[in-house]
Amino acid sequence: MGRKILFITTDQQRYDALGCNGGTIARTPTIDALSAQGITFDRAHPQNVVCMPSRSTMLTGQHVSTHGVWMNGVPLPAGAPSIAVDLRKVGYSTALIGKAHFEPLLDPFLRFTENRMGTNGVFTELDEMTHDPHRGFDHMELATHGAVGPLHYSRWLRENHPEAVGGFYQVLDHELQVNAAGGGDSGAPQVKFNPINREWYHTDWVANQTIEWLNSLPTDADWFCWMSFPDPHHPWDPPSSEHYRVRWQDLDLPAGYIRDAKVREAILDDKLRHWRGWYDGTFISNYEAPARWVPATLTADQVREVNALTHIENELIDEAIARVLVSVTNRGWGDDLDVLYTTDHGEFQGDFGLLFKGPYHVDSLMRLPLIWRPAPSVGAVPARVATPVGLVSLAATFAHIAGIAQPSYVEAPRLPFDDADARTLGHERVLTEWDSVLFGKIVHLRTICRDNWVCTAALPGTMSSAGEGELYYLAHDPLQHVNRWDDPSVRTLRDDLLTDMWDHLPQGVLPRRSMDAPV
Amino acid sequence: MASIRRYIFIDCDAQRVWDFVGAPERLHEWFPIASTRVEGNKRWITLHSGITFEEDIITLDHDLRRFQYKIVNYPLITFHQGTVDVIDDGHGGCMVMYSTDMEPEVLALPIGGAACVGLQKLKDMFERKS
Repeated sequence: MGRKILFITTDQQRYDALGCNGGTIARTPTIDALSAQGITFDRAHPQNVVCMPSRSTMLTGQHVSTHGVWMNGVPLPAGAPSIAVDLRKVGYSTALIGKAHFEPLLDPFLRFTENRMGTNGVFTELDEMTHDPHRGFDHMELATHGAVGPLHYSRWLRENHPEAVGGFYQVLDHELQVNAAGGGDSGAPQVKFNPINREWYHTDWVANQTIEWLNSLPTDADWFCWMSFPDPHHPWDPPSSEHYRVRWQDLDLPAGYIRDAKVREAILDDKLRHWRGWYDGTFISNYEAPARWVPATLTADQVREVNALTHIENELIDEAIARVLVSVTNRGWGDDLDVLYTTDHGEFQGDFGLLFKGPYHVDSLMRLPLIWRPAPSVGAVPARVATPVGLVSLAATFAHIAGIAQPSYVEAPRLPFDDADARTLGHERVLTEWDSVLFGKIVHLRTICRDNWVCTAALPGTMSSAGEGELYYLAHDPLQHVNRWDDPSVRTLRDDLLTDMWDHLPQGVLPRRSMDAPV
Repeated sequence: MASIRRYIFIDCDAQRVWDFVGAPERLHEWFPIASTRVEGNKRWITLHSGITFEEDIITLDHDLRRFQYKIVNYPLITFHQGTVDVIDDGHGGCMVMYSTDMEPEVLALPIGGAACVGLQKLKDMFERKS
């Protein structure tokens, strides 16, 4: 028997969401324990800050320019590389339970396998050419945010608890735009009191289905299970019964929220121009942020309420993970279990007076929780790793755990055990790309993080020209308030970072594949 | 209002392609939908998700090789006019172009994606037959 792999992802979660990373609001004892026993990465970045591109990177081990999923709505081709295929080839049972999102969610033509599987109530679909399961998963049981759409969770809720369907926030409005309607106590966008029973909410459903799938396996199975929670991504509508956990009225404002509007706007004005354009509601370049919501209207109480609901969702996730780990232990697999925990991208949660995400390459969206708790049987030494790493290293890490050669398609080495191992493996920099072309509003960014600097080059777009960018020194400016792009004293450093970035970015995929949905 | 355009070059005589594309009742044979029904200048198309759209056929010009339609009586869709052109490339082949203007604009994206699938199927069909 080999090592088992439980790969846990959340959606849109910040580094500081967890107690082990300094978070002080949500209680996350289960994840904190994994961190204490394993390797915690303090500078882990996604290769893109929205879902589909980032998740495609996790599965393929490739940068965005290589796998070609350059934005939400661009489907990952069915034949794209998948680490699940390689694990399955060596005998692993494979599952993805929860949010996949390698294919568009808005799919009226029902073109995409994920949506078809939910509609048809099946858990796998064989590839026409290879006759292998879709993306290498024996079992896909899928969910997204809320109860509408064709995926398995929505279907389950409609069939078993139809009275609970209407309790969720309505994600899209009557014009199919992301809904800007406010709710809760503060009127914050994408907030709603949800009367659903906790046991029916998608967080517990994902854990339940994971336990059920694991229980279906023989004791001597080797397995790879991607357990993918849709939370704490907006909408923020956790079960109302859980609101007692974090009262928004009791919360301090987050460190990244700048109270004084004049100071806040001066900081935004010092960044690439699309920041202020979005803040003022004049330049919407990311579909997932409500087009009719103007960030400049965000109030301090709304920031508090969104944070409270987010942390309630974080606690529910931690408790769901605990149940799954108990189940794994009860099956006798505990000593051979590797657990990897991360998310696909971050969330502003009030930083800079903003919510949601978009073409903004700062820690709010890029600095992610990432923990690897190796199987206790291998006796790994707990460590914290400061070296920058990317989610692009996950696929090679899964291969390493399974004892197979690193697949030729992956573009980064496995995650390191510590900083010394990081140097040996060649981890030095991490790269992030952004490309959006939403109805003529164009933003292209390329970012490198190395040596405690984050350097972003803007490519020509609607509001940027070549030669513009952002440069932050994380050691002195952890909130990224001071853009040093035009600072002559660091010009040589900036140019060195840019050269390094262009040298290490993969070749772009040409022509760019079509965007088949907004999300 | 969203405006999108998708096109493909096909190594096949424009008239042969138009004879097929210009038959509105045959849409489901190349576009990724479940079924098509035509009565007079009305067409109903049903998607694989079960959604049915009622359309007015606005233009069916065999000389220009242009087909235009408009979705009607579907409250969510406030405007959708689509156009399919088959254009002789002057070298024995043709270009098939699908374009639409649409409100709500986000629906233009899945329609554009489906159009890509349909256009590729046309190319596969006619270049295999040629």
